[in-house]
Amino acid sequence: MIPELGHFALVLALLLAAAQAVFGLWGAHRVDARWMSVVRPAVAGQFVLISFGVGVLVYAFVSFDFSVLYVASNSNSALPTFYRVAALWGAHEGSLLLWVWILALWTLAVAAFSRNLPATFASRVMGVLGVVSFGFLLFTLYTSNPFERLLPAPADGRDLNPVLQDPALAIHPPLLYTGYVGFAVAYAFACAAMLEGKLDQVWARWTRPWTTLAWCFLSVGIALGSWWAYYELGWGGYWFWDPVENASFMPWLVGTALIHSLAVTEKRGLFKSWTLLLAILAFSLSLLGTFLVRSGVLVSVHSFAADPSRGMFILAFLICMIGGALILYSWRAPLLRSAAGFDGTAREAFLLYNNILLVLAALVVLIGTLAPLVNDALGMQSISVGTGWFTSSFPYLALGLLGLVAVGIHAAWKRGRVGDSRTRLLIGLAAALVIGLAVVFGAYGLGKWQSLVGIVFGTWVIVSSLFDPIDRWRRKLSLPRAVIGMTIAHIGIGVCVIAVSTVESYTVERDVALRPGETVAMGRYAYRFEKLEPVEGPNYDGVRAELTVLRDGRPITVLHPEKRTYWVQRSTMTEAGIHSRWNMDLFVALGEDLGEGRWSLRVQLRPLIDYIWLAAALMALGGGLAASDRRYRARRLAEESPAVPGAATEVT
Amino acid sequence: MNRFIVPLVVFLGLAGVLYIGVRHSPDKSIMASALLGKPAPSFELPVLGEARKLSSRELAGKPWVLNVWGTWCAGCREEHPALLAIARQNLVTLVGLSWKDEDAAAQQWLTQLGNPYSVVAVDREGRTAIDFGVYGAPETFLIDERGLVQYRHVGAMTLEAWEREFVPRLKRGGLP
Amino acid sequence: MRLGVLVLTLLLSMSAVAIDVTVLPDAEKQARYEALTHELRCMQCMNNSIADSPVGLASDLRRDVAEQIIAGKTDDEIRDAMVKRYGNVILFTPPLDRSSAWVWFFPVIAALAGLFIGIRIVRQRSRLVEQDDSVIETDESAR
Repeated sequence: MIPELGHFALVLALLLAAAQAVFGLWGAHRVDARWMSVVRPAVAGQFVLISFGVGVLVYAFVSFDFSVLYVASNSNSALPTFYRVAALWGAHEGSLLLWVWILALWTLAVAAFSRNLPATFASRVMGVLGVVSFGFLLFTLYTSNPFERLLPAPADGRDLNPVLQDPALAIHPPLLYTGYVGFAVAYAFACAAMLEGKLDQVWARWTRPWTTLAWCFLSVGIALGSWWAYYELGWGGYWFWDPVENASFMPWLVGTALIHSLAVTEKRGLFKSWTLLLAILAFSLSLLGTFLVRSGVLVSVHSFAADPSRGMFILAFLICMIGGALILYSWRAPLLRSAAGFDGTAREAFLLYNNILLVLAALVVLIGTLAPLVNDALGMQSISVGTGWFTSSFPYLALGLLGLVAVGIHAAWKRGRVGDSRTRLLIGLAAALVIGLAVVFGAYGLGKWQSLVGIVFGTWVIVSSLFDPIDRWRRKLSLPRAVIGMTIAHIGIGVCVIAVSTVESYTVERDVALRPGETVAMGRYAYRFEKLEPVEGPNYDGVRAELTVLRDGRPITVLHPEKRTYWVQRSTMTEAGIHSRWNMDLFVALGEDLGEGRWSLRVQLRPLIDYIWLAAALMALGGGLAASDRRYRARRLAEESPAVPGAATEVT
Repeated sequence: MNRFIVPLVVFLGLAGVLYIGVRHSPDKSIMASALLGKPAPSFELPVLGEARKLSSRELAGKPWVLNVWGTWCAGCREEHPALLAIARQNLVTLVGLSWKDEDAAAQQWLTQLGNPYSVVAVDREGRTAIDFGVYGAPETFLIDERGLVQYRHVGAMTLEAWEREFVPRLKRGGLP
Repeated sequence: MRLGVLVLTLLLSMSAVAIDVTVLPDAEKQARYEALTHELRCMQCMNNSIADSPVGLASDLRRDVAEQIIAGKTDDEIRDAMVKRYGNVILFTPPLDRSSAWVWFFPVIAALAGLFIGIRIVRQRSRLVEQDDSVIETDESAR
């Protein structure tokens, strides 16, 4: 009974989404205040209804209602409560519901914080979001209903995929989706501007905080996924250029470009059509990504037969949303001209180069991800594109970007007089070289030259980012959150590149076969395999090894890698044993029983690896601070809220 | 207007590719063998249940079908009735390749479920299977009278796939 | 539904780790072995190399690579032998031949296009900068 109510709630939400879209867009077109007044209630109603639907499904999980097919497929009587809730997004149908709910949440936020925007514009933004919501709800109800029944109900469920029974991976989808879906807001702002036929600096100021906030969530979501892969998948790797990972990385790259392009549009009224295009592109990549991983749209040679009707539906939706926006773009963008100018060494120029590189990077990832599909679709020989191809170009793009940040951050707007920043540039570069080279040769020795450049450039970015804030502080000037946020985020990217460069060059890894009592040595460190004992958990059993790590002969910690077999799905998971020191991780993963008491083990020393994820946290923190800057909060200026004929007046 | 239409055009191109990709997806479980049109790898393997060896040379001059299977493979169990029906048609020699399996288990399987194969070669270590570019069981190859690989079916064999893909190719070779 | 099960299976196969403890007679061969096994795709798995994959096919292929190295084959010969049986898809880095050259050229062309666009815009805008008398709002105010 209750699951059917949940289903019904979604149907009602679909109707409200339609109302939101129709009244929002057409009401704005007609400048009809009564019609437009339907929109915010529709948004609120949709949120309530979808929340109800989510609540029903969560209840079904928590109460072990195996008569619901989705619950039976993703849960089990032995599943701990936390994972029963997380199972909501454990598979396709539920994760779609999550997507739709997060969209409703963002739209609610837009509805709440848009009262200072012109009525027709706000109405259009929410109208566009209504269209997106409508499409997703239709898809959910039509092909992926999470409330479908399984009758007769089985005695027990098939359990949640053990891969997902982990705290980090449990919260990774909600955070990631918050990022993905957040770009819909930027997309909606872009479409609204195109429909209004007006895009100016004020528009950019409105759009920036939403975009930055979405970007923050996406950054954290990606970092969580990477961290999880590191400690859970057993190889000690953190990025595999896997289609699933690339699907989240591409919107992030374009989103970064979008944030920077918005800055130029806000400041100088330039790059308007580029900003529009980036806003459309970021959301398009979000859509493409969300679907690549679930619909069979990415038909790699190793995906199995997908449900073609789902794939077609998604494709049709993609074509409507993206094609529609691009048609609007081709119509409106030619009118967005500006007469502003800037020098080749001005800040605008650096941001332009920056964005070109970011888009190029996203394109490289896109090509690598879609190439097998393209070859298959065009009847050419099947190919694979793996890490080797991506690393043949991506690192160089990243280094180029870093160089631009380190130099461009000193550039002034409009007339970037290089002379003015010469001192800062020289000090920055000198500091970077000294620190970078000292660290490299002092701590690690010469590795790959790319890593050396990465460490130097990363340091250069960090040092360069500090000049302005310190200068402002000394001159007793204001230090707005936007500046602090930008500084922290840029420091974050510097830290990230330093960490990645270090890990890639200086990781020490050995795959060995050991018996209890035996030791493997790596430089100053040694791992001694002590013993192996059985272990049991709430819904699994397995073995647990104990290894003592020695440094210069003295024990410093004990590691406990495990190998678990989950009862219901009979699948085996490895839990790595990791100890994080301030400058490296000590890693061990348990392999298999080789007989005669010997076990295969992977041991690694991973220098600075935790700083990769710390860097992502810094970037998110910086973005969050910047988005909360005072100048984005409600400001009532006469010219920004043109009078709209009130509800009392009939408008035809 | 002209350059602003470029993104739309590019997108439509991409959409076209995605469309073809989605359309293909039901058939995409079949991956074209890299050996199509090329000579089948030669082998010399023990025969299941007999003391002799089977050399690929003995199969030359006539088309033959190789079915890679194992008692551990669920899809093989599924396709077994179809294989028996295909064997009864007597169109072509059906050679089984027992892949990474135990002889005793394989024997018992054939005794219990019926033996569609004219002869079963035993590839206990999987070397021959690798030579054929096998990546999972079951897989079924059609090799023509010149010894060239004409087709590979991936997954459980069905009578429908047999009629659609194997029989026309056999007939083209001028066989009864 | 079936898709779900199958995708699940793939995902799970990705989660089990294979730790390859093969040791070849000398260090140079060992290095070549490790490099090659990381370059070749496991044909049964979602996205693993044969070095990292736990399935039987992967260990068979690893054994094959080891045997070929010991037999004195060069890396190119070993790769060619694999491609002969499995096609280009077994290589994680697409080769530079007719079917996949575009994958290598596309980014280069895109980079050149980006360069061209960038230069053009900067030229355009620097010509305008003289007549541009717009005032830049600065966010530097006294604290």
